[in-house]
Amino acid sequence: MVFEGTALSLIQLGAVFFGLGLLGRLAARIGMSPIPLYLIGGLVFGNGGFIALSNVDEFIHLASEIGVVLLLLLLGLEYSAPELVTGMRRSWQAGLLDIALNATPGVVVALGLGWGLTGAIAMAGVTYISSSGIVAKVLNDLGRLGNRETPVILSILVFEDLVMAGYLPVLTAVLAGAGFLAGLKTLSIALIAVTVVLVVALRYGKYVSAIVASEDREIFLLKLLGAALLVAGFASAVQVSAAVGAFLLGIAISDSTAHNATKILEPLRDLFAAMFFVLFGLTTDPASIPPVLGWACLLAVVTTATKLATGWWAAQQAGASRFGRARAGTALVAHGEFSIVIAGLAVAAGAVPSEFAAMATTYVLIMAVIGPIAARVVEPILGMVARRPSPPQPAAEPHGE
Amino acid sequence: MNVEVTPLPGIGVRKDFPIKSGHRRIGVIDRKDGTIDLILSRADNPDVTDQLHLSANEAAALANLLGAPQLVARLRAEHRELDGVNTRQFPILRGSPYDARMLGETEMRTRTKASIVAVMRAGQVIASPGPDFTFASGDQLVIVGTAEGLEAAAEILSHG
Repeated sequence: MVFEGTALSLIQLGAVFFGLGLLGRLAARIGMSPIPLYLIGGLVFGNGGFIALSNVDEFIHLASEIGVVLLLLLLGLEYSAPELVTGMRRSWQAGLLDIALNATPGVVVALGLGWGLTGAIAMAGVTYISSSGIVAKVLNDLGRLGNRETPVILSILVFEDLVMAGYLPVLTAVLAGAGFLAGLKTLSIALIAVTVVLVVALRYGKYVSAIVASEDREIFLLKLLGAALLVAGFASAVQVSAAVGAFLLGIAISDSTAHNATKILEPLRDLFAAMFFVLFGLTTDPASIPPVLGWACLLAVVTTATKLATGWWAAQQAGASRFGRARAGTALVAHGEFSIVIAGLAVAAGAVPSEFAAMATTYVLIMAVIGPIAARVVEPILGMVARRPSPPQPAAEPHGE
Repeated sequence: MNVEVTPLPGIGVRKDFPIKSGHRRIGVIDRKDGTIDLILSRADNPDVTDQLHLSANEAAALANLLGAPQLVARLRAEHRELDGVNTRQFPILRGSPYDARMLGETEMRTRTKASIVAVMRAGQVIASPGPDFTFASGDQLVIVGTAEGLEAAAEILSHG
């Protein structure tokens, strides 16, 4: 047998997919998000890892690009434009507090480590944005969808996602690093493009939906994927990141078309996004983790506290009890896919030092694990602190204050 | 009834209202994917709800249980002035002789003088179903007729 060319590529790719499948199953078993495991999977292979995947490099690169596009497209599909507007109105105060409290630690650490303005802006995004995927899963698993604090949590997530739409073009412009005036020009083009698309999505969303809609699954999938990649491609050509283009397309598609699109694209997204996480792990040298481990842990502790404070304050405004505020705070702690998307953009642009990838990986690994655990244990712990009998039963908590 | 509607972005819509007994709130979460969660706030804590996920079929069955008696009660009230006219509901159970058969095949009108005026299916009311309407297990039939007619109808529906 000769393992060369196509044969070797297929074997490597098959091994990667199969391995990810096993990791995903393990994650489902222990009831956690598979993202941290995919990252670890990438760390194990790749630079400085055990086995080099040289033959499938190109494929994984393109697949991970598509993964980011699909991640953002589906995020956009989750929301309708009116939902975003009302969410924004409702949560802007909590949203601004969220930015102030959670972006700052990232900026401080990045500046402290001498990563410059570019590193600081990228790190701000990494520590700021919660993982809406993990949060929604946790809320659902714990049966908290009907709780008083849940709309508060969700509207903060909506706010974060909208901020992403404005932040990503800024980040791409900064990463391109083309002087002040040139950067300002790119940035204004980007922001104008975002605004135009958002207005189109609000006003003419139904036409966009009509263009991609189709009864036939195959045609629908091809049109949808084609539209997403086209929009993403053109967006990145005018320096608005590809991801933002996909996000805005997702928002423009609405109603039943959006629902069908989500159903048809979900497995594809999971596949390609997994490639993205693996690639990020692959490009991170495991040897570069120990030097930043302390900082990552410190950052994790600080941002856990600041996210907790954000949720606490927001839920308090909505009149939730002490326990509700704590639940809202811990629900926001999880970081995941979008922190990695931001870090991935920064690393791909080569505008940040190599420790940046290690820091982002370690930080997200910690936060993706701490988040769901914190959300689960907060009530028993508060119960014990309040010295109530039967701590695991949150029913023992006092009435709203 | 004052139903409070709260959007849950990315998940769906929460609709709930206060009930008198126990000062609790009861409602549903309408998910985007069409499934439903039943929610009931805890007696000792209005902030927290118990959440039960129902499949589309289960939600429809529950809607039938809740909706059918109301429809029957309303028809009954309307027929109260008419002596000898009654309204009742009958289920098509799994394994019933008319499961998966057409309404026309029961020859209900000819055999009992009673009429099938509505069918409740999946939480929907199908008014005046025609002879080519096909029954399915889980359907609730609303039948109007005399007391004897209704007894005969029940006999036909359960034993053919």
